[in-house]
Amino acid sequence: MSFIPAPISRFFHRTASPPHFYALADKLMPWLTALFLLLLIPGLYGGLVMAPADYQQGDSYRIIYIHVPAAWMSLFIYVMMAVMGGIALVWRMKLAEVMLISSAPIGAGFTFVALVTGSLWGKPMWGTWWVWDARLTSELILLFLYLGVTSLYGAIEDKRSAARAVSILALVGVVNIPIIHYSVEWWNTLHQGPTVSKMDKPSIHISMLIPLLLMAVAFKVYYAIAVLQAAKLELIRREPSAQWVKNLLEHKA
Amino acid sequence: MMKPHRKQRLMLIGLMLAGIGLAATFALKAFNENLMYFFSTTDVAEGKAPADTLIRLGGMVVKGSVERPAADLLVRFKLSDFSKEVTVEYSGILPDLFREGQGIVAKGRLDDRGVFVAEEVLAKHDENYMPPEVADSLKKAAEAK
Repeated sequence: MSFIPAPISRFFHRTASPPHFYALADKLMPWLTALFLLLLIPGLYGGLVMAPADYQQGDSYRIIYIHVPAAWMSLFIYVMMAVMGGIALVWRMKLAEVMLISSAPIGAGFTFVALVTGSLWGKPMWGTWWVWDARLTSELILLFLYLGVTSLYGAIEDKRSAARAVSILALVGVVNIPIIHYSVEWWNTLHQGPTVSKMDKPSIHISMLIPLLLMAVAFKVYYAIAVLQAAKLELIRREPSAQWVKNLLEHKA
Repeated sequence: MMKPHRKQRLMLIGLMLAGIGLAATFALKAFNENLMYFFSTTDVAEGKAPADTLIRLGGMVVKGSVERPAADLLVRFKLSDFSKEVTVEYSGILPDLFREGQGIVAKGRLDDRGVFVAEEVLAKHDENYMPPEVADSLKKAAEAK
């Protein structure tokens, strides 16, 4: 039995072949970069200049335009990694392994940014840089998971078995994602509850929400750019003597 | 075409995720108490919180309860979770967001008077973000009622 129609499955197989993927990533790059700038510039301007100050926090709240999108990305990228891990384990698809391992440092970067910006905001607002509440602790564990994926991959010589090991680690770690998201509802935490994802209506004024959403999409596009670039390199590193790499180098030279 | 060995691997992964999820649920249930960052004022007022040990107490600063009995940094205020109130004493610098009606978390211990003597006071921000004008008009609307 088959759930996937043959033309779609053919499309995936072709796109997933390294030379095709490499060329496609190259083709997409200028478009993604333009889209990124188109979202980033109005997002930053809207958030840092146009949006009004908050009634309680004044201008300090503006750190959410970096902190919140970065925190969202830290969760999103991990889920992507787990999905790639699942595909890599079931279908042994090389591109999924490459995308997984290329995502890890980017996810670690976003997690780090979320932790640092949160800490910088926490000092004046809460009165402390850091507390061991459920939200902050689970987000810190996420950073260690990302670093663990990268280190585990680096520690195993044979890259196919390394990919299998990190796929399992990525899948095991995904249990932390709902914990991070719901930590503020399940337990008493110092970190505030969700603002934007509240079902009835977000508790943020529309003039502040629009730049936040622009930044969130901009960060997503940035991830696409970064992961495609990293995956291109990783593909070459994996099979440096493949015919398509030779062709590519001759073509460039 | 889903080949049998792939289907088997997919099912194994599903089982693995279900198992880990179940294990995590039990572990978190078991440590539920420890994962709470603070006790509520009801817990403390009813004696559910351990006495004479360092604990955290969270609640809303009761409106009109903040007083400074001396000229030093000592502040006394009441915390509430809208059912029970606990008096807190703290001497030190309060965070920016500390104000009446705001949620805070205090770390300290209960003394024999039943007063919570805090060593550290942290403000708990709520999830609302709005411009000052909107906050003003909301406040006016609430007062008009």
